[in-house]
Amino acid sequence: MTIRNVIGVRWRSKLRRTWALIKKESYELVRDPSSVAIGIVMPVILVLLFGYALSLDVKNVPVAIVLEDSSPDARELASGFQMSPYFDVTLIASMPEARQLMLARKVDGIVRIRPDFSRHLARGDAEVQVLVHGTDANNACIIQGYAQGAVGQWAARRTAEGNKLASGPVVVQSRLWFNEANDSHYFLVPGLIVLIMTLIGAFLTAMVMAREWERGTLEALFVTPARSDEILLGKTVPYFVLGMIGLFLCIIAAKFLFEVPLRGSIWVLTVVSMFYLLVALGIGLLVSSVTRSQFVASQIALLVSFLPALMLSGFLFDLRSMPVAVRLISYLLPARYYVALLQTLFLAGDIWSVILPNAIVLAAIAATLVTLARLATRKKLA
Amino acid sequence: MLESLLRIIALARKELLAILKDPRSRASLLLPPVLQCLIYGYAATYDLNNVPYAVLDQDHSAASHELLARLDGSGSFERVANLERFGDLGDYIERQRALVVIQIGQDFERRLDAGESADMQVIADGRNSNTAGTAMSYIGAVVDSFNTDWRNAHGGGGPPVRIVTRAWYNPNLETRWHMIPALIGTLTMLLTLMLTALSVAREREEGTFDQLLVTPYRPGEIMAGKALPCMFVGVVQATSVLLVAQLWFRIPFAGSFVTLYAGLSLFLLAAVGMGLLVSSVVATMQQAMLFAFVLVMLFTLLSGLTTPVSNMPTVLQYFTLINPLRYALDITHRVYLEGAGLAQLTPELWPLALIGAVTLTAASWMFRNHLA
Repeated sequence: MTIRNVIGVRWRSKLRRTWALIKKESYELVRDPSSVAIGIVMPVILVLLFGYALSLDVKNVPVAIVLEDSSPDARELASGFQMSPYFDVTLIASMPEARQLMLARKVDGIVRIRPDFSRHLARGDAEVQVLVHGTDANNACIIQGYAQGAVGQWAARRTAEGNKLASGPVVVQSRLWFNEANDSHYFLVPGLIVLIMTLIGAFLTAMVMAREWERGTLEALFVTPARSDEILLGKTVPYFVLGMIGLFLCIIAAKFLFEVPLRGSIWVLTVVSMFYLLVALGIGLLVSSVTRSQFVASQIALLVSFLPALMLSGFLFDLRSMPVAVRLISYLLPARYYVALLQTLFLAGDIWSVILPNAIVLAAIAATLVTLARLATRKKLA
Repeated sequence: MLESLLRIIALARKELLAILKDPRSRASLLLPPVLQCLIYGYAATYDLNNVPYAVLDQDHSAASHELLARLDGSGSFERVANLERFGDLGDYIERQRALVVIQIGQDFERRLDAGESADMQVIADGRNSNTAGTAMSYIGAVVDSFNTDWRNAHGGGGPPVRIVTRAWYNPNLETRWHMIPALIGTLTMLLTLMLTALSVAREREEGTFDQLLVTPYRPGEIMAGKALPCMFVGVVQATSVLLVAQLWFRIPFAGSFVTLYAGLSLFLLAAVGMGLLVSSVVATMQQAMLFAFVLVMLFTLLSGLTTPVSNMPTVLQYFTLINPLRYALDITHRVYLEGAGLAQLTPELWPLALIGAVTLTAASWMFRNHLA
């Protein structure tokens, strides 16, 4: 037998063993309803939730208008609020009544137009009081902004009618790039991909492997001729496939259900998603082989992968506004690189100066984690 | 009656020991909530304080300098570049080197002096449209104050209407005041629900649950013995998060601790009931954990923590009625920021009690009739 033949035989048997393991793991994956639930049902639920249920765009905010002045000016201002699509206006006669409504959270804000409004308006020092319920600070800020807008438009209308009220010396002309419609789905739906990939890659894998460690079934595999990297490959390939299915479900939903544009190349998106999926799988494998207990593994997988992907990735909250220490932590977490890639690829396009650095970091983290996971899963008994 | 109580105490004690005997699971019960509260307390904010912006000032006039100086002085913006060419604008946005670019045209000051209105062009990176919108509104506020002062200085009279805003309960509208009290319920539910779901699932998987069923224990007593230790762990977790909120972030606490704990106990009862219900329908620990996780995730997303409930479609707003976390967030916010008392919290308290009663009854019925 020549050397080439020997190598050929070794490779062929290696491939055969790996393939057999992949098949076995795939059967186990499909057999367990809970894995299918997390792999298929969960992404679908999440896509629908993020697409239809969660929205940061405030509309129809219930506000009470206390109209204490019955002059035409005051009524016109109140109708400005009534016309705005952002407000759902209730006219209230007295302030105490409005306060009651706000205390019961029937309304989120009160606009008060005082009895002497028109007299003050003639003198040029009129005042509109806007009270907001500050418990949800973000919502309250948005309501304040809309109220400003409603009053501003009213003022502009008056100017147009010839009353001497300038709209302001400096006018801000604002444009929102990449998301002209100012639709929060544009960033929520792509951001969702990072959550789904993390769930499948890290959380599910960590639990499955931890169960094998906990029950000692890995030891049974160790006594077979299969080598540790083959075992690892057999375990991860089915979850990798599951993760990619989740990815394509999300892309399809984003494009066709929610009409989020995909301005970059789908190939680049696929490649960087593979990197991130490898990272997530690496985390899952590493966590499970370190903890070897399902409960602890699931908690740690959540702590190091899922929650950071939600909170520390720039998906919802702006990273630049966080304190330095938290920002430094976020650099250690792979999710931030992937979110930057997703947002750029979906909304901005193939901007290589953003894509390359992020993709390289992601690939490097993936390589490191996979190597570490290999080292941690050597054939050895605890 | 007394015997039954003694039996429950014995079982609860054994459960507590089982939870706490493993040092790793002991650590995973207390460390994560505290760590998460610290990190998310800083991270979870929609307020901006370091918006990088670039500016193309083609006017180079006193007026444009004054306006930009106000922006720099507002504390929320950081100028990263003074651009020279129009073509650079797009580059700064695309490469995410700036969140906002501002362009001021050549005739800015001339138009202002002539009493006309001058444009200031603002382009924001809409990849996260929420952040971009917030940055825009900050710029709007700076420009407003500039306008007012300009008019006063140049005899144009004050603005027609001044808007005076006041925010109740959170005068500076800090997101943190909203987020951190919310974490008390959120973090506690995540761990409590999982722990409960696991405690029965583990016994089922190992077969010891059948042994428990043949003891003189009645199903109700087993339920109570399982539920109490988990509630206890939940209270300890909630307290640890509360301590971080009070001692580290120093969020002002307007209400009373008795009210808060009363609300939290009912919330934990509901959460533990949900956990037991999950564990009564699953066969293995893994399923228990996955289903508990899916449930927690749904509850968290539909609780109003990240996006307001009033923005959700009506159907899902009905779903939030069975979401214990939604009520817990209402309770913690109202006690924390508004100082609400028990009487005012009744609309939130009775649904929690109802959810707890229904889930616990259902779970104990399932245990009795569904011995897999």
